[in-house]
Amino acid sequence: MTIKPVTLTGERLSCIRDDRVLFKELNFTLPEGQVLLLEGKNGSGKTSLLRILCGFREADAGRVLWCGEEIDDSRYYADMAYVGHLDGIKKELTVLENLNVSLALGRPGRYSIFDALEKVHLAGYDDVPAQSLSAGQKRRLSLARLLITHNQLWILDEPFTSLDKAGIALIESLMREHCAAGGMIVLTSHHDIDLHDALVQRIYLS
Amino acid sequence: MTLTRAFLAIIRRDLVLAFRRRAEMINPLLFFILVITLFPLGIGAQPNLLQAIAPGVIWVAALLAAMLSLDGMFRSDFDDGSLEQMLLSPHPASLLVLAKVIAHWLVTGLPLLLVAPLLAVFLGLPSHALGVLLLTLLLGTPVLSLIGAIGVALTVGLRRGGMILSLLVLPLYVPVLIFAGNAVQMAASGLPVDAQISILTSMLLLALVLAPWPTAAALKMSIH
Repeated sequence: MTIKPVTLTGERLSCIRDDRVLFKELNFTLPEGQVLLLEGKNGSGKTSLLRILCGFREADAGRVLWCGEEIDDSRYYADMAYVGHLDGIKKELTVLENLNVSLALGRPGRYSIFDALEKVHLAGYDDVPAQSLSAGQKRRLSLARLLITHNQLWILDEPFTSLDKAGIALIESLMREHCAAGGMIVLTSHHDIDLHDALVQRIYLS
Repeated sequence: MTLTRAFLAIIRRDLVLAFRRRAEMINPLLFFILVITLFPLGIGAQPNLLQAIAPGVIWVAALLAAMLSLDGMFRSDFDDGSLEQMLLSPHPASLLVLAKVIAHWLVTGLPLLLVAPLLAVFLGLPSHALGVLLLTLLLGTPVLSLIGAIGVALTVGLRRGGMILSLLVLPLYVPVLIFAGNAVQMAASGLPVDAQISILTSMLLLALVLAPWPTAAALKMSIH
């Protein structure tokens, strides 16, 4: 058996919304250890593209491949994690309970829950109900989910929203670490990200 | 087994959530009790009439209480993004959905079973029919949750899906109402009810096996 290289490929992707062509004939290949940064104005289809990559939406044309196979036929969902506009946090549950559910839904990853909370500077908050966290803390909590489950591909929709400078630097360092370990990231962001240019592919949607 | 762990984690999470939002969760139960207690007041001192309509009243109230509780099944998960996360899990979505439906039934269906005997006595249902009433509720209310889940999954993405949900789900509830109501009526008159119970059992088994798939598919459509 040959081991196929891990890649995420978009082949001739098109997205049409209300008769408006958001993008068409979009091609990209993301190999291990790289970042794909989607840029463009509001409404240019960045989130739509991310949702196509997550399999929530069907592309109007083209296909998404994981290691050369259609995502529905591959082990894609065991290898990816998504943090979107909605943070997926239950506000009535505590930080620890929230992460426990995420952990049960996926496979254990590199960090234990407590290490991950330490990483995102939420150590000591484990028994705090999520509704009493600030917006930035909630965001860091949803990013902690990426650390506790096993995943190679991170799909992040505006991960820096509501984070302060220290928070942004923190997430960037986590992203660098993830790429160094062979992970891959697809993200949209209005902020410039501080990552080595050789690692970053950019797609500009207009 | 990781699937079992995910299944149990979802049930546990939903039960904890229901406990922390108990004011909301108690609504369908209160509705059930109120509707049934209002009947004797409205009808007046006619014990025979009450006794005759008791099975129907209890079952109609149970059905409406189930409808009332449906919208909460996926709404908050849809609004806060937990639903997206659940569907992105490598585990089969239909089984995770089944876990949610089971948790929903434990919170909204099971309490009806616990208060039904009291209300049945209140309406003057003969005591030898109590067992059958409980049995029909035990078999019937999970079917209501399972069928309802399909309807909620289809309408959760709509802002005002309440009306459509009722129109969609009520006709599918009617067979349960007919067989369950009839079984209790027969039992009250001392007749055998094996046929109705068998049909209700088969409905439950069919719904358990068949309902989670369309529910999962409809949820995927809804989060589009």
